[in-house]
Amino acid sequence: MEVVLSLLCGIMAAVSIYLMLSGNLIRFIFGLVIATNAVNLLIFVAGGLSEIRPPLIAENAEFPTTPMANALPQALILTAIVIGFALLTFIFILFYKTYQSLGTVDAESMRVSEPLNLYQNPDQNQYDPHHRQISEKLFPEQAKAGTS
Amino acid sequence: MTTNLKTSTTDTMARASSLLPLLLFLAAAARIPDMITGQSLRYVFDWVPSLNIQLSFLFDGLSIFFALIITGVGFFVTLYSVDYLHGHPQTGRFFFFFHAFMLSMLGLVFADNTIALFVFWEMTTLFSYLLIGFEHEKDESRKSARQALLVTGTGGLALLVGVLLLEMATGTYEISQMAPLAADLKTHPFYGAILILIFIGAFTKSAQFPFHFWLPNAMAAPAPISAFLHSATMVKGGIYLLARFHPVLGGSASWEATLVIVGAVTAVFGAVTALGQSDLKKILAYTTIMGLGIMTMLLGGESRSSLVAVMTFLLVHALYKSALFLIAGIIDHQTGTRQIENLGGLAKSMPFTAFAAFAACLSMAGFPLFFGFIGKEIMYKGILAETMMPGTAIVAAVLANGLMTAVAGILFIRPFLMGKGSFPQPVTEAAWPMWIGPAVLGGLGIFFGIVPDLVGTWLINPAVTAIAPIGDKVRLALFHGINYPLLLSVITLTIGTGLYLIRQQANQRIAAFFEAIPFTASQAYDGVLKVVAATARIQTRIIQNGSLHHYFFVVAASFVIITGLSYARGFSGFPEFRIAWPNIEQGLLVLVILAAVVSVVASRSVLLAICALGVMGAGIAMIFLNFGAPDLALTQLLVETLTVIIVSIILLRLPALSRKGNRPVRKKLLDGTLALGTGIMVTTLLLSVSGGPSNLSLTEFFAQNSYIAAHGRNIVNVILVDFRSFDTLGEIIVVATAGLAGFALIRKRRGES
Repeated sequence: MEVVLSLLCGIMAAVSIYLMLSGNLIRFIFGLVIATNAVNLLIFVAGGLSEIRPPLIAENAEFPTTPMANALPQALILTAIVIGFALLTFIFILFYKTYQSLGTVDAESMRVSEPLNLYQNPDQNQYDPHHRQISEKLFPEQAKAGTS
Repeated sequence: MTTNLKTSTTDTMARASSLLPLLLFLAAAARIPDMITGQSLRYVFDWVPSLNIQLSFLFDGLSIFFALIITGVGFFVTLYSVDYLHGHPQTGRFFFFFHAFMLSMLGLVFADNTIALFVFWEMTTLFSYLLIGFEHEKDESRKSARQALLVTGTGGLALLVGVLLLEMATGTYEISQMAPLAADLKTHPFYGAILILIFIGAFTKSAQFPFHFWLPNAMAAPAPISAFLHSATMVKGGIYLLARFHPVLGGSASWEATLVIVGAVTAVFGAVTALGQSDLKKILAYTTIMGLGIMTMLLGGESRSSLVAVMTFLLVHALYKSALFLIAGIIDHQTGTRQIENLGGLAKSMPFTAFAAFAACLSMAGFPLFFGFIGKEIMYKGILAETMMPGTAIVAAVLANGLMTAVAGILFIRPFLMGKGSFPQPVTEAAWPMWIGPAVLGGLGIFFGIVPDLVGTWLINPAVTAIAPIGDKVRLALFHGINYPLLLSVITLTIGTGLYLIRQQANQRIAAFFEAIPFTASQAYDGVLKVVAATARIQTRIIQNGSLHHYFFVVAASFVIITGLSYARGFSGFPEFRIAWPNIEQGLLVLVILAAVVSVVASRSVLLAICALGVMGAGIAMIFLNFGAPDLALTQLLVETLTVIIVSIILLRLPALSRKGNRPVRKKLLDGTLALGTGIMVTTLLLSVSGGPSNLSLTEFFAQNSYIAAHGRNIVNVILVDFRSFDTLGEIIVVATAGLAGFALIRKRRGES
């Protein structure tokens, strides 16, 4: 089973990287969800799969009497799932607000803070027309103050 | 009205702050009797005991000598600055920087521990940066301040490495404990490196050729700053360092040759360049470079006469040069110009300043009866006593001193005695706190010239004894009889007078000559700065180009390459597996997850992709359930459901995924290859760790103590809420922060419809 699950982890990791490289932020988020799951599964498999009994102590005992599943990776994954969910939710919201402001889901065109030509023309430290449009949309007051 | 009141309060407080240097001066002067008998005090405090670093201070002849100069000049400069800056909005800041600099400088000369010395050294660099750039609204000030910071800061780093190497070679950070080890040190393999590094530190601080260029540029600072930092204190820091390390590192041929050559070149260069200037402060800056060169040259020597000459000249120079800088400031303040061709006949309107200038200039020119003459005599005596390169040194010294005499004439005769100047404003004498400093400092030049032996006994010889304990006291006297030094003095004065007479041609020739030089140290500095800035730009363009794809690609590729390389080095096959193959149900589960993952990639419909994600999450929950983790399965199902709901709410408002995708085929192939590589690496890593023996000691500990220590039967829960409860607290904080941040984002902004 380790072999099968290891392959599954590998495939999930590959797919998530492929999606995150796509440049489309919707796909990026899909990739992130898959990556989160892949990592959780990875920790789980790495912790050993030999036992199928949950790590519980019997009613009348003070110590575990029979062999049971490794409790430590489970505790780690439980934390990871919750944190992963919180961050994912935040990223969804951030992404949605970004889309509302910039009107695009393409990561390469989100260049308000790092314009393409900033470093290529250090003397001409200005946004190109497309980015000026975006920044005017984002910060209408500053744009007005700058032109008047 | 309120502003006037505020100005006068500030001025009063600033004037009161002159008590600080005055009291410190008196405290240092109280040590003079002990100095004369050669006693020293050492205070040690624990600083970083784990690194064996102590905060230790040594009060001996040398440090007290420097402290007297620093606090004495500091007192007069403080008084002067109050009126010089009168009405300046940032007077308070000025005095804070000024006194902080003075205290750092005192720390520098008193520190016995080399690490402490380095810290104070850097503090003087930092405060001098702030003081040079005091008029920060001027572009020139900022540029000069940065230049001084970079040049002396680089030297400071060299010094740090030098003292660390010195510690490795001698086993101690305390300078006072190094002198007995000096003989062994000279044969140590690190000796050359230590020497070079400490020289770089001293040469940058004391503006030796080719690091001299920052000093003339630092004249952008207000006049009192130049008087204090660039004549009497900071630039003497390098001289102090060389003097302090003289008994430890000195005496070798490389020490002597380097200092004599660098010093001689600097001295002649500084003196010649000074003749080619027309700005009063620039003239003074270049003559300071000349003076520092002479001191460096003399420190190369080993005889006691040379060291006495260094200290004497250092005192002479500090007195007349700080006086002259202050006078230049007065002239600028009262007339509005520092250009020498515009000045003339100031003696009538500014008698006290003229007296100060007269005394300081004659001391600088080295006329008999002035302290400068004593300094020059003893300088020639010191050089003649040396065995190595006395010829070169004497020629350099005579030439530099001759040029200096001419410069002194130019500085005094034209502005004060001859003709009438053309001034932008009517000229009056400055307020008394301004001229009192130059008058006293210049007057001391006369007084010390009359009683040289007193100065020699009280100050010079104790300072020299601190670094050269063996040897007879050298007597300072006005007239030693007809001998070589006297002859050389006569030659010097003759050269000086001659140069003064042809000063105009000399000025033009020299100015033209320096303009004709195609490449100067200053340009080299600018070049280096340009290269650094260009490199930063290129590197930013490559590394931080704003492309998410680029960042991600680099991270993933690094992972694949580094893991791949370590496998390529030593891969010893996979370990054995306990459960090799899944049963039918598990197999089907894995197939379902795979199908879901693949459809996320293949789907063009956002809704379908979201559903597929849900299926994948549920499948993973089933796997957890299958291998003894019901808690995980429960949480995973819950979270997965919520995720699908939230994703649906948000993503369904977005545009559909385009059919083609936005990547060209070539890029898709490249990304696909990288993704595949990552997948293979993950699988390989997992296979290597999952089958092997695990360290179960932690698991065992939690299982054994879960009920006994924490009264819980569910071990996973006990770990979360008890054994590792701080981790869980951190997790809750992360969730709460994410929630708050998300709320802040979706909340409607005020004024938004």
